[in-house]
Amino acid sequence: MKVLYFAWLRERIGLNTEQVETQAATVADLVAELSAREERYAVAFADMSAVRVAVDQTMTDISASLVGASEVAFFPPMTGG
Amino acid sequence: MSVSVQTEDFDVGAEIAALTQDRTDIGAVVTFTGLVRDMGGAQAVSAMELEHWPGMTEQALEQIAAEASARWPLQAARIVHRYGPLLPGDQIVLVAAASPHRGAAFEAAEYMMDFLKTRAPFWKKETTPDGARWVDARDADDAAQARWDQG
Repeated sequence: MKVLYFAWLRERIGLNTEQVETQAATVADLVAELSAREERYAVAFADMSAVRVAVDQTMTDISASLVGASEVAFFPPMTGG
Repeated sequence: MSVSVQTEDFDVGAEIAALTQDRTDIGAVVTFTGLVRDMGGAQAVSAMELEHWPGMTEQALEQIAAEASARWPLQAARIVHRYGPLLPGDQIVLVAAASPHRGAAFEAAEYMMDFLKTRAPFWKKETTPDGARWVDARDADDAAQARWDQG
């Protein structure tokens, strides 16, 4: 699974992208798996109400299925314009 | 309909000229230009860094311009958004809408800006006297986007 991080999530985790070996069935499972792996993930994902999720470049939420998915992105609410 | 995501500055006059070149059927061109302000909340802002999601950003902007073109009788829709390091006074974003009459052009330009604020994957980081900080999304921007769903 390709995982992307933007803005302060990128800074807290220290990566903009990584390849993760996972059997996680949902985004929530992936978040729990990463958070258990290392402290920097637990810190970044501490408040998921401040995190937005896209699976295969479609905006969704933490309950989304990862079955058949190849890419997950985590980012704060967008602040363009 | 076209979009650009770039580090370079843009020239509003040149953008309007490109939209209207060789056409005599356009009656109205409305443009909006967003600039970097020197204040964020109560704090002075000395610089701004705009991060985006290459590839996804272009798709999101194209979708917003397409939705505006489907909703109003536009002859042209254009969005230019910059990323990278910017300074107060710098131009950040341009939206332009061309139509036979002004009503549609005004509304379409506002619609594109309102959706761009909440749907385009850009993140602003401001440099202030207390250090750099990521800009929070504003509830007012969500509300501005949501009103188009009702109308």
